[in-house]
Amino acid sequence: MKYIGLFFQYAAQYMKTRLTYRTDMIVEIGSDLMSQAVNFIFILLVFGHTTMISGWSRDEIIFIYGFFLVPFAIFGAFFNIWDFNDRYIVKGEMDRILTRPIHSLFQIVLERMELESLFGVITGTAVMIYAGSRLDLSFAWYDPFVMVLLVLGGTLVYASIFVLIASISFWSDSPTSIMPMMYNIGNYGRYPVNIYNNIIRFVLTWILPFAFVGVYPAAYFLGREEWYTYAFLTPVIGLVFFLFSIFMWNVGVTKYRGAGN
Amino acid sequence: MGKYIEMIRIRFLMMLAYRTNYYSGILIYSINIGAYYFLWNAIYGEKGSIEGMSALQMTSYVAIAWMARAFYFNNIDREIAQEIKEGKVAVELIRPYNYLLMKTMQGLGEGIFRLSFFSLPGMIIVSLIFPIAFSANPATWLLFAVSLVFSFLINMQINLLTGILTFFFYNNTGLIRAKRVVIDLFSGLLLPISFFPAWAQQVMNYLPFQGISYVPSMIFTESFTQPQIIHAVLFQIIWVLILILPIQMIWLIARKQLVVQGG
Repeated sequence: MKYIGLFFQYAAQYMKTRLTYRTDMIVEIGSDLMSQAVNFIFILLVFGHTTMISGWSRDEIIFIYGFFLVPFAIFGAFFNIWDFNDRYIVKGEMDRILTRPIHSLFQIVLERMELESLFGVITGTAVMIYAGSRLDLSFAWYDPFVMVLLVLGGTLVYASIFVLIASISFWSDSPTSIMPMMYNIGNYGRYPVNIYNNIIRFVLTWILPFAFVGVYPAAYFLGREEWYTYAFLTPVIGLVFFLFSIFMWNVGVTKYRGAGN
Repeated sequence: MGKYIEMIRIRFLMMLAYRTNYYSGILIYSINIGAYYFLWNAIYGEKGSIEGMSALQMTSYVAIAWMARAFYFNNIDREIAQEIKEGKVAVELIRPYNYLLMKTMQGLGEGIFRLSFFSLPGMIIVSLIFPIAFSANPATWLLFAVSLVFSFLINMQINLLTGILTFFFYNNTGLIRAKRVVIDLFSGLLLPISFFPAWAQQVMNYLPFQGISYVPSMIFTESFTQPQIIHAVLFQIIWVLILILPIQMIWLIARKQLVVQGG
């Protein structure tokens, strides 16, 4: 209960600071929209020259992209801790975090949240509605709940990978350069996994399971039954990876020695 | 002239001191090239060629486009914005050199560093992983080098332009971010301009962006015919000349109404 109250207090403070610099926020949302538009235009342009990519149609690929945007936006709002090493370990900020009676990762999530990233949820939903209406997808009454579950699963996948890499910083300084790499590998999940070779497909499914953020869960709504097993695995993978990353984080915190003074 | 060459050297040495930061960069670019490699192969599928380019030409295009980006790409726009915001630009203005030219030279020093420690090893690594067609014709390499110089200049000029706009907007990090995304698409980094619909290609002919990535990459993959190459390089030269005009104009206006915030 205490955690929920804290969350809303932090969120309220965050909104206050952001609304002081309104233009900054609008410009930031605008440039996010721009990069989403560029990816969207890329898909449209490519399909000006072909009708199918490895058995997926234009609108299906667009739907997958739209789905991907939603968990990615939620991840970006709360788990965007790519600068954890610089900010908390090198500068010794972790000392301050550890003196407080709240779980350390939760505090960092609160401090680092970027709520404007949630705007991507709206864009993603709009893209899915656009593609879905062109594909004539039918939705059962329980599908919205499945959607929430799969989105949460995808978010946890992203979150756990970044938490895992952040926890490496408790042992060594190197991960600063691994973080940006993860964003680029994450982009592989935006496209159907069957365009990649077996090794990459295996990595994207079981090691860095980015495929569970885009194509696998989206396949459920597209009625691609051959991928259903993977689609339903999404929340399981998300939860297992997330619990593992929390475990690694907790072990890492005990190894934290502080930074000099 | 000597002081400008010295600027190139100093920036080069500065980058050299932090060269380990760049090894992960090569990996990131390779990851990106890999994503597009698989995507393009899936797009080509059974098709022999699209818009006159074979699948092999396309993967070579993607690889060289990214590796060329390592050369022409820099954060000079952000540096200028930062110096304007912090008021440092006031000191820069009284120093005995042309500020914009000095920034260009710093960018060049950075570019030469990245060319030798990023693009070259990166290209070798990428060509070991993915099939890439290298031309055996020395003329192709020469023309590629020439067009790469102009692509650096055009990108640099656009960076200067967005950088000095900070004089008027005070905080333009959003503009700089948006510019980067737009350039990735319109310069032909993500896909060749010939893949755009005809009307968009028409519009693009009146914009400088394709001079940044599309022209050198098309020359490298030998997707251009001889007259097309001449036309494309002329296109680059003309844009380099045209862009001098707005930069000088905005620069003059900006200097007159310079407000140093707490400098």
